[in-house]
Amino acid sequence: MTDSLNTDLTNKGLTSTDLTKEDLVNIDSCSSDSCNDDVVNPVERFLRSDRVPHIWCPGCGIGTTVNSFARALIESKIDLGSLALVSGIGCTGRVAGYVKLDSFHTTHGRAIPFATGLKLANPKLNVVVYSGDGDLSAIGGNHLIHAARRNIDLKVICVNNLIYAMTGGQTAPTTPDHSTTSTNPYGVFEPSFNLPHLVEAAGAVYVARWTTFHVRQLSRAISEAFKKKGFSFIEVISPCPTLYQRRNKLGDGLDAMKYYKEKSKVRNGAPTNEVGMTMTGEIIVGKFVDRERPDYQTMMRAQYAESLGDRYVEQPSAEEVPVCS
Amino acid sequence: MKADPRGVLTGTHFMDGDHACCEGALAAGSRFAAGYPITPSTEVVERFAARVPTVGGAFIQMEDELAASIALQGGVWAGAKAFTVTSGPGFSLMMEHIGYAAMTETPCVFVDVQRGGPSTGLPTLPAQADMMQAKWGSHGDYEIIALCPNSPQECFDLTIKAFNLAEEFRVPVMFMMDEVVGHMTEKVVIPPADQIEVVPRKHTHKSVEDYLPYGTNGDLVPEMAHAGDGYNSHVTGLTHDERGYPNMTLPIQDKLVRRLQNKILNAVDRITMFEEEQLEGADVVVVSYGITSRVAQRAIGVARERGLRVGKLRLITAWPFPEKKIKELAAKVKAFVVPELNLGQMVREVERAAGGKAKTFAVSHAGGGVHNPEDILKVIVEASR
Repeated sequence: MTDSLNTDLTNKGLTSTDLTKEDLVNIDSCSSDSCNDDVVNPVERFLRSDRVPHIWCPGCGIGTTVNSFARALIESKIDLGSLALVSGIGCTGRVAGYVKLDSFHTTHGRAIPFATGLKLANPKLNVVVYSGDGDLSAIGGNHLIHAARRNIDLKVICVNNLIYAMTGGQTAPTTPDHSTTSTNPYGVFEPSFNLPHLVEAAGAVYVARWTTFHVRQLSRAISEAFKKKGFSFIEVISPCPTLYQRRNKLGDGLDAMKYYKEKSKVRNGAPTNEVGMTMTGEIIVGKFVDRERPDYQTMMRAQYAESLGDRYVEQPSAEEVPVCS
Repeated sequence: MKADPRGVLTGTHFMDGDHACCEGALAAGSRFAAGYPITPSTEVVERFAARVPTVGGAFIQMEDELAASIALQGGVWAGAKAFTVTSGPGFSLMMEHIGYAAMTETPCVFVDVQRGGPSTGLPTLPAQADMMQAKWGSHGDYEIIALCPNSPQECFDLTIKAFNLAEEFRVPVMFMMDEVVGHMTEKVVIPPADQIEVVPRKHTHKSVEDYLPYGTNGDLVPEMAHAGDGYNSHVTGLTHDERGYPNMTLPIQDKLVRRLQNKILNAVDRITMFEEEQLEGADVVVVSYGITSRVAQRAIGVARERGLRVGKLRLITAWPFPEKKIKELAAKVKAFVVPELNLGQMVREVERAAGGKAKTFAVSHAGGGVHNPEDILKVIVEASR
C-alpha cells in the first residue's frame, strides 16, 4: 500500500506530510475507484509490468524507493541504454527483477564485485547497485569497503530495513541495540554499523541518507549521485512492518512513516560519526559527503599511460571488443 | 573466427605452464581477468596484469576469491571474455560462483592450479585432488567441462580450447592444472594468429521484441545479449523461465536443470578429448591425466619392455567423463590402472563406467610430489596377471 500510496501522492504533487490517516486512505481508494484510467504512471515504463504483483509485503518501503529511483531516471535524463542495475539477495535484491533495464540478480553479498566487473569490462556502462543492508554490509561488507576504497564508479543504493527480512527477521549488522529479532529473541546486544560513517571512512565520494518518507529528497540524491564519478552511497531507511516492526511493537507501515516524519532531522554535511541509528531515536538524514577524488579507472588509465607510454593500449568499449560474431 | 593478432605472442618460447596459460587466455581473446593471489597459480595473473594493458583490457586484483569469481562474470556480461585463476583453498571459495555461472549460463574459465590439501595443505606442492570438486563442488545439479593439460604447451593450447568450449556451450570451464605443470618450464610454440581458431560469443541477432534470453532451439544453448546492448535482459541465479524471469514451478525447474545438463551430455563426443596409445590388443590400460600421465609413461614403457601388453588412455577432458570410451575398452581388456595424485577420485568414474567388465586398480598418492614410476609399474604387473 505504501508503494502505491507514495506514487499517488507524488502524482498529485503532494507529500504525505500534510495528510491525516483518513486522507491517505481516501487517496488510496481513489486510485482504484474514481481516478482516470488513461493516466499512465510516469514510472511504469521503467518497470517490468508483466512481473506484477511483486513479492513485497504491505507497508514495505522497497517499492517506494524504486519509485524514487525511477523518478531520478526521469529527472537526470540518464541514458537508459547504458544503465545496468545489479542486486544481491534479499527483499531488496528482488529490485533487479522488477526494473526494465539490463538487470542482474547475483549471489548473496556479491552485487558490488559483479558490478565492478561490468564497469571495468565496459567503462561506458552506468552501473547501479541496488541491495539491502544485510547483503551489502554483512556478507558483502568486505566488497563494500574495498569498492569505496578503490573508488569504483558505482552508484550504490542501500535499502536499510534494519533486519534480514527475506529469511524471517534475523539480526543484521544494522539492527539497532535493544531491538528484538528472531535470532536475538532476548534483545540485540551487539553494536550496529553506522553505514554512512563506514563508507565515508572507506573512501566514498558521495554519501547520503534519506528515509522512504523523503521520496523527493531521495530522487534528488540519486540524480546527484548519477552526476558523480566514483563510489556513491545512498542509504534509505525503510520500514519492514512484517518482521522488524511487528516483533518490536513499532506498528505498521504508516506508523513507520509517522516516525520518519517526526524523528527525522535534516543535517546536510553532518559528521558521519554522529549519524548512528537507534531503535526509536532521531534519524539524521541529508547529504553527508560530496567530495572529489579520481575514480579507479581514471587512476588506472593515468598509471598505465605514465608507465607504458606508447605501449599502452586503451581498453576498447564493449562494441569494439572482437568477441561477438 | 581467427584470433586477434594483438593478443598473440607468436614464436617459440621457453615458458612455464602458468605463463603459457596466460598467453593462451590472451590468444583466445580474453581481455578481462579478476584474481586473488594464491600459490601456485599467481604467475598466471601476474603475467596477465603486465600484458593486458598493452593489448587493450583490464585486470583487477580483488579482495578475495568470492569477489574475483563473480567480478569476472560481470566482465562477461559486459561483453568480455574473462577468467580467474586460483588453487585449492581459493577454488573452494569460488564454488558458489561456479554454480552461478552454470545457472546463468555465463561463459567463463576457472583455472585451478592444484596443490596438496585439504585446507591450506601443501601450498607449493602438487596434487590432483580437486577433480571431484571441479565437477560436484557447487550445490545442485549442473554440468561443467574440465580439461587437464600435461605440459606448458598444452597449458597454452588447451586454455584456448577452454575459452572456446565455454563460448560454444555457455558454461564455466574448469582448467585443471597442477603445481608441476604450472611451474614446469618447457618449449612452448605459439602459432601465428591466423592459425588459431577462436569461438566468438553466441550473441543474439534477434530483435529486442523477438529475443528470449533463455529460449533455445536444437542445440540447447541460448543466445546472449550483453549489458548495454538494448535488450534489457534480466539475469538471475533463481530458477527462471525462457524470459529469464524467476519462476519457482516444478515444470520450469525440471526443464531448466535438465537442459543445463543435457546441453553438455548430448555433446559429450564432441567435447571429450583423449590421447590413446596401443589400446588395440592391450591387456591393461593405464588411465591418467595431467602430470601423472607423464610419470605413468615411464612405467608403461618399462612394462612393455618386459613384454606386457599395456595401452595408454590419457584424459584431456576429465568432465564430462568419457564414459563411452571406458565402456568399450572394458569389454576388451583385463584391467584399468589409474594413477592419480589423490586417494582415489577419477578412478571411481573409471570403475563405474567399466561396470564390472574389467578390474580397476587405483594407484593413489596423497600429493606433495609425483608418483615413483616403480609404484605404477608394480600395479601394472599385478593387473596383468
